[in-house]
Amino acid sequence: MVQTDLITDLYVFILAAFIGFEVIRRVSPLLHTPLMSLTNALDAIAVVGAIILAGEGKSTLATILGTLAIVAATSNIVGGFLITDRMLKMFKTSRTPKS
Amino acid sequence: MTPFAGSDLLLQVTYLAAAVLFILSLKLMSSPSTARHGVWAGEVGMLLAIVGTLLHHGIVDYRWIAVGLVLGSIIGVPLGMVHMTAVPQRTALSHAFGALCVTLVGTSEYYLRAPGVPPFMMAVLSAEVILGSLTFTGSLMAAGKLEEVLPQRPITYKGQNFVNLSVLAIAVAVAAVLVRHPEHTHLFPLMLAIPLLFGVLMIVPIGGADMPTVMSLLNSYAGLSAAAMGFVLDSKLLIIAGALDGASGFILSVNMSKAMNRSFSNVLFGAFGQEAAKAAAGQETRPVRSATPEEAAAILAAANKVVIVPGYGMAVAQAQHKVRELYDSLTKRGVDVKFGIHPVAGRMPGHMNVLLAEADIPYDKLVDMDDLNPEFPQTDVALVIGANDVTNPAARSDPGSPIYGMPILDVDKARTVMVIKRSMSPGFAGIDNPLYYLDKTLMLFGDAKTFVGDIVRELGGGGHS
Repeated sequence: MVQTDLITDLYVFILAAFIGFEVIRRVSPLLHTPLMSLTNALDAIAVVGAIILAGEGKSTLATILGTLAIVAATSNIVGGFLITDRMLKMFKTSRTPKS
Repeated sequence: MTPFAGSDLLLQVTYLAAAVLFILSLKLMSSPSTARHGVWAGEVGMLLAIVGTLLHHGIVDYRWIAVGLVLGSIIGVPLGMVHMTAVPQRTALSHAFGALCVTLVGTSEYYLRAPGVPPFMMAVLSAEVILGSLTFTGSLMAAGKLEEVLPQRPITYKGQNFVNLSVLAIAVAVAAVLVRHPEHTHLFPLMLAIPLLFGVLMIVPIGGADMPTVMSLLNSYAGLSAAAMGFVLDSKLLIIAGALDGASGFILSVNMSKAMNRSFSNVLFGAFGQEAAKAAAGQETRPVRSATPEEAAAILAAANKVVIVPGYGMAVAQAQHKVRELYDSLTKRGVDVKFGIHPVAGRMPGHMNVLLAEADIPYDKLVDMDDLNPEFPQTDVALVIGANDVTNPAARSDPGSPIYGMPILDVDKARTVMVIKRSMSPGFAGIDNPLYYLDKTLMLFGDAKTFVGDIVRELGGGGHS
């Protein structure tokens, strides 16, 4: 990795962390459980790295570990989005919803 | 070298769109009315990123990718369909899977690149692997404790903190050697194994009451390890997703620590249970007032304003649907019913809200501790179901109490307090609760589900007002 890439990546990390703080601070405590399962599902974007590893075929080890990593991450994507949506579906208000 | 730094502009734009959708997804979570759109935004972003990657020109063989995606989906569906009471252990398990993915990718990246790994690359790779592997075993341990396949009581011994910190220090030292000499490939398995051990040791002294904090902390670690993986692969999308997850876990950890009046280090190195057991010893039995379901129903029916304070015990007794019936029947009589939610009620942040929402209790009736506390002096009846420590007035008044300083729901300020409890034995943390001996407190002894059911029957049968 060249030095400039590293600096750019650090900028991205710091800025994303600030956005994360500001956005997540505003999430209602009502929804902290779905929030955690949602961020967990989004985190499984790591599957992208695993897909490249398993697909490039650079070494047997990389293919095996990559495939296992795809399994782990995909189960988080599928399970995470599914349970988050199931939970959020249950939240209903007693007032008539404003549109 | 890095798989993402290709000339494929379209792929980069796809990743950018996914990153925007991820941020939007979390932004939409700010309110229950838009939250489901947030899930959709996240799903679209994820789909874009995966499809974009599959079209990546570096991929020569799709067979194993297909196997991985199919197997992952087969495991994922049942994990998405678990019962709401099992959501904490499912979430802990998903932290473990996320960390496993990161650790596996980090491991193969190292062996693909060794021996010529530049120092900075080796440093982030080490961070990725150390954070990933300790989160993996730590989360598995947490899931095991939550699922009660492992003993829930904190296990402590003398010098535990010293042992744990030394183990972590050794892992960091091995990483430091590898940064200087990445060609020592025989050291790499050590850098995997030691944090795996540390993850186990870290959770051994953690008790059930501290689970919400630990869950949040593991969430944060999982995010940070994913961000480290983003640095290794030079993937901005992964860095952003990891940073968002890390920030989210960090905010939740701080919230949970505040709600328990503990510092991070205190949760991780505290051993709450032992201290508390000592405090509970030597309590003499004091008289309490108890009441029958008939009496409780009569008092509730005569009230104008009722606050129900549910704790994890309510979920254990599977009483939430009976509690909903109680809510319906009181609301029908014109009683104003609200639910007081302590931030650490349940086994993970926000868990109690999910359990009550599942029982069809409207979310605008679920009120946060800070918003509800000023209302207790005007409350006729505070009904505590399966909660203990979060209602303990000793947290405000007794500097000797192990929970002194912890923010609580001020149920003792209501005109009448009713507590549904199996017996007078102290709660999970083993701390005696002076609330039970107040003159205004009525103890309702019995199983939460049966007792609430009996009250509902009394309310239903006793006159159709």
